[in-house]
Amino acid sequence: MNYWQEAIDLLVGGNSDVWAIIILSLQVSGLALVVSAIIGVPLGSLIGLHTFPGRQLVIAIVYTGMGFPPVVIGLAVFLLLSRSGPLGFLGWLFTPSAMVLAQVILALPLVIGFTMSAVLAVDPALRTQIRALGASPTQTTLAVLWEARVGVLVALIAGFGGIISEVGAVMLVGGNIQGSTRVLTTAIVLETRKGAFDVAIALALVLLGITFVINLALLQLQGTLLKAK
Amino acid sequence: MKAEPIYQLEAIQQRYGERLVLDIPSLQIERGELLALVGPSGAGKSTLLRLLNFLESPTQGQLRFAGHALGSRVPLALQRRVTTVFQRPALLSGSVLDNVAYGLRLRRHPEARERAREALTEVGLAHLARAAAHTLSGGEAQRVALARALVIAPEVLLLDEPTANLDPANIAAIERTVAEAHRRGTTIILVTHNIFQARRLAQRVALMLDGRIIELAPTETFFETPRDPRTTAFIKGDMLY
Repeated sequence: MNYWQEAIDLLVGGNSDVWAIIILSLQVSGLALVVSAIIGVPLGSLIGLHTFPGRQLVIAIVYTGMGFPPVVIGLAVFLLLSRSGPLGFLGWLFTPSAMVLAQVILALPLVIGFTMSAVLAVDPALRTQIRALGASPTQTTLAVLWEARVGVLVALIAGFGGIISEVGAVMLVGGNIQGSTRVLTTAIVLETRKGAFDVAIALALVLLGITFVINLALLQLQGTLLKAK
Repeated sequence: MKAEPIYQLEAIQQRYGERLVLDIPSLQIERGELLALVGPSGAGKSTLLRLLNFLESPTQGQLRFAGHALGSRVPLALQRRVTTVFQRPALLSGSVLDNVAYGLRLRRHPEARERAREALTEVGLAHLARAAAHTLSGGEAQRVALARALVIAPEVLLLDEPTANLDPANIAAIERTVAEAHRRGTTIILVTHNIFQARRLAQRVALMLDGRIIELAPTETFFETPRDPRTTAFIKGDMLY
């Protein structure tokens, strides 16, 4: 049980390596979530609210993406960014940028898929009424998104939960380089293999804690939004 | 000289797939009139209202609104001159006042909330301004929907069975408000199942059947000396259903 005590000491003692890992994890997954939200929420509402040729195919692709194995995404991004790959010129491989890219690709289908379900759940009669009151197409979409806000928040929670805890993709494209691309999940793998269970447990506790606190905050926000109904 | 009609329909057809749901060779709706559309379910009354609110465009034919020949894309400025109150009041989440102010906020009206308050007073629901919209009864919700439509001062108000399933007190309140809006010059097209309501409110009445207008006449003529035997039957409450 000593491991637990040591783990807590590491955190409270302000071990700079541990904190660097925590901060990088939050930065990478936070940025990936923001990018996914900026792209995914409008795209999800577009697919949900409009009919266009190939819509069923697009929906099928989104649903497939929601269950895609992270390590496969990691492999694809790796090939894309490798020196001879189409995006090799960016020089992103084994940098946090590559990790953000991989996590955006992972989170995007979740954000799109859940946003789509959320806007589809809004009463079509209300949408018609909004238009009949003189809303432009953009105003209509914004009004529907506002009505679906709780579901959209669920989309963001799902997206964040999917990427903060993901290990395969960031390991592949980030390389788990100390002080550069090491995040909570990859560090836990490494420390466990080294037998440094105190550090692994400390990091695992932090990962659990972050996920819990963020979900708690989002739930709180969801409650506030529900009250506004 | 007679003013130009607000709506002119020529050879309008609306099809859903193969099914012809509306077939109107010619129809003119005058500015400021109150026209009632009666007829059984599935006669095309609601479809006609959707065309008149530009919520869908006709498969064939020419729709003119206020002198503008309309294509499949209707400019927002024209769309905003018309609004509909549907049979089932669809309210937005938020307060009653938020709902009534919504149309004005879309138009960036500087005094949206003040105007919304006045509109709520007119339908006798000022005391519910701060209530959550989802807590209203059916009748209250419909009166809020009516206030929300009238506050934007539409040139044309389309009413799709606004008093179906309501109690007499709420029906009376809604009819009063509609009559008042008409008196102020709003063109009103009222779809109703209730021929007594049509008789009380309308200047002209049209009977629709299978997507066609069977008879269109001034209210008194429509009820007293209808030309089409199907109108006579409908007024007597026979057949058609």
